[in-house]
Amino acid sequence: MKAIAGLIALALLWSTVPASAENAPPPNCEVPAHFLASEATLKKVAETVKTEGRLDIMVIGSRSATVLAPDGTGFPGRMEAALRDKLPTVKVNVNLQLQIKKTAADVSGDLARILEGKQPTLVIWQTGTVDAMRAVDPDDFRTAVDEGVTALQKRGADVALMNLQYGPRMETMITTAPYLDVMRVVAQQHEVPLFDRFAIMHHWNETGQFDLFNNSRGIELAKRVHDCLGRALATFVIEAARIKPAELRTQQ
Amino acid sequence: MTSVTDQPAGGFTESAVKDRAPPPSPPVRKLPSPAGGPAPGERELRLDLFRGLALWLIFVDHLPPNLFTWLTIRNYGFSDATEIFIFISGYTAAFVYGRAMTDRGFVVASARILKRVWQIYVAHVFLFTIFLAEISYVATSFENPLYTEEMGILDFLKQPDVTIVQALLLKFRPVNMDVLPLYIVLMLFLPPILWLMKRKPDLTLGLSVALYALAWEFDLNLPAYPNGVWFFNPFAWQLLFVFGAWCALGGARRMAPLLSSRILMGLCVAYLLAAFFVTLTWHLPQLGHFVPRIIEQWMYPINKTDLDVLRFIHFLALAALTVYLLPSDWPGLRSPWLRPAILCGQHSLEIFCIGVFLAFAGHFVLAEVSGGAAIHFVVSLSGIVIMSAAAAVFSWYKRVAAKGGKDAKSAEANADLAGGGS
Repeated sequence: MKAIAGLIALALLWSTVPASAENAPPPNCEVPAHFLASEATLKKVAETVKTEGRLDIMVIGSRSATVLAPDGTGFPGRMEAALRDKLPTVKVNVNLQLQIKKTAADVSGDLARILEGKQPTLVIWQTGTVDAMRAVDPDDFRTAVDEGVTALQKRGADVALMNLQYGPRMETMITTAPYLDVMRVVAQQHEVPLFDRFAIMHHWNETGQFDLFNNSRGIELAKRVHDCLGRALATFVIEAARIKPAELRTQQ
Repeated sequence: MTSVTDQPAGGFTESAVKDRAPPPSPPVRKLPSPAGGPAPGERELRLDLFRGLALWLIFVDHLPPNLFTWLTIRNYGFSDATEIFIFISGYTAAFVYGRAMTDRGFVVASARILKRVWQIYVAHVFLFTIFLAEISYVATSFENPLYTEEMGILDFLKQPDVTIVQALLLKFRPVNMDVLPLYIVLMLFLPPILWLMKRKPDLTLGLSVALYALAWEFDLNLPAYPNGVWFFNPFAWQLLFVFGAWCALGGARRMAPLLSSRILMGLCVAYLLAAFFVTLTWHLPQLGHFVPRIIEQWMYPINKTDLDVLRFIHFLALAALTVYLLPSDWPGLRSPWLRPAILCGQHSLEIFCIGVFLAFAGHFVLAEVSGGAAIHFVVSLSGIVIMSAAAAVFSWYKRVAAKGGKDAKSAEANADLAGGGS
């Protein structure tokens, strides 16, 4: 026991030493185009951006929407930065609603409160992780996501779904496939775009862009992954809304 | 007791001779050519072959996706190796214990079945122990902040009292440990199934179909811990097991004319191709819009937990086509190249457990050696080699023990005296 405690203490000490990763060049965040293309369109986003020059996005997410670090390093913050960068003429605002340890059913039943007093143009709902960890019946998960998307659409918001993270070590412990399938199906049925975070991270791991097996306790890897996710998500939103940044600029 | 090796697979030969049924009831996979049945004194090697292959595929599917994964059948259609495994298990179990029931009566056969159930249960608990060891290591050594949320899954380690009891009750089953509990439940109900099957085979199959339908209608399933339900719903998956048993006890013979029909084979091929195309759209989303929306809505989700009808039909089509194309006297079955798979199929329980263990170990190695495609390949291949080598050792031991004859028996008695034994 003592030895283990000692080892852990040692490991903690070690992790406070700045990782060499910090000096690594910024990744190029390469994502094949078909991961970011979507048949479904974000009509409301397109319209609001065109007519009002603003874009209010709400991200409803679980713990994996954040990094244990100062604000803005999680993918919602990175997406906001990337969108502002790509759409300089649009007032972009991203608001994160963290629903820690909540299943899709919990969130779906609580949407009225979460959205109270807010009128986001687009709601990006990141879900599935908690359900997969608790092995919620995929049928129940499907009902919950279905009801949630319906409720969000009724409130007049565009909706996009985001699925689970890919983690090579997680495969031993969590069954992800049924939840990924359900989200794909619900997205198709409601014609809402699905940001396939799982496939994208899997791709990064395969191509060696990120080493997700890495077991350093440092926060750098997480920050870089979230940075890339945020940028990919920004591109995804722009593509799904069929916005042409060049046209916007000439309009103004 | 030689029954440590897989008994069910052992018995085709004698049974073919002894069985009361007129001609040796031909296992399902050898139907089209009436003359194609194995001569008395030979095993039905196709069953062993496909069970062995299924075990390999299950192992590969349990590893993180890699080059080998592309060879597994789940990438080419709806059903996967689990269907093959459960069907053949039902088939062989009915064949062997059905004979025992005829020869020795219901009670003795049931006792033998229950002994088998116990073996499977112990194997499951053994695997769970290995899983706990691995997970505990991961929990203490790995804290990548990217996965803080997912590591919450390890919270169960904080209450080992509850977790371990739930595991012993088969309610807590970590990833990749779902097949054996299903197998345990199915075998537990084998005695009454066999009893009825020997009297009214069609009624038994009918009841099985009815239970399957009820499971779908009323969402029947067994509860899991901490929540949710069994990943392989026994109320649904029993259909494959009972269907296997039905085929073994004469159903296959009756289906023979149907299975040699060219029209049916045409339908099978068409269905398999359609399934292949649908599966292709999962991997190449660009193809997605070739599937009409209405079919998509009707088809999805293709539910594995409740053995979706589409999966079941896919398995039937695959099996029918295999039987059609591969006669049981196919010389390839004797080829040394297929020998490893056949050996694995002949010792299915042991090899299955080794496969699950190797999958854990493979995950572990891949995590520690942060491997590229090459390491992945090596891990998959060496897993299959180890499984085959182990199967060869089991076969060797079984042969030696059988030769020992009386010596082995008395050694066993001594072991029993010493409180050991089987």
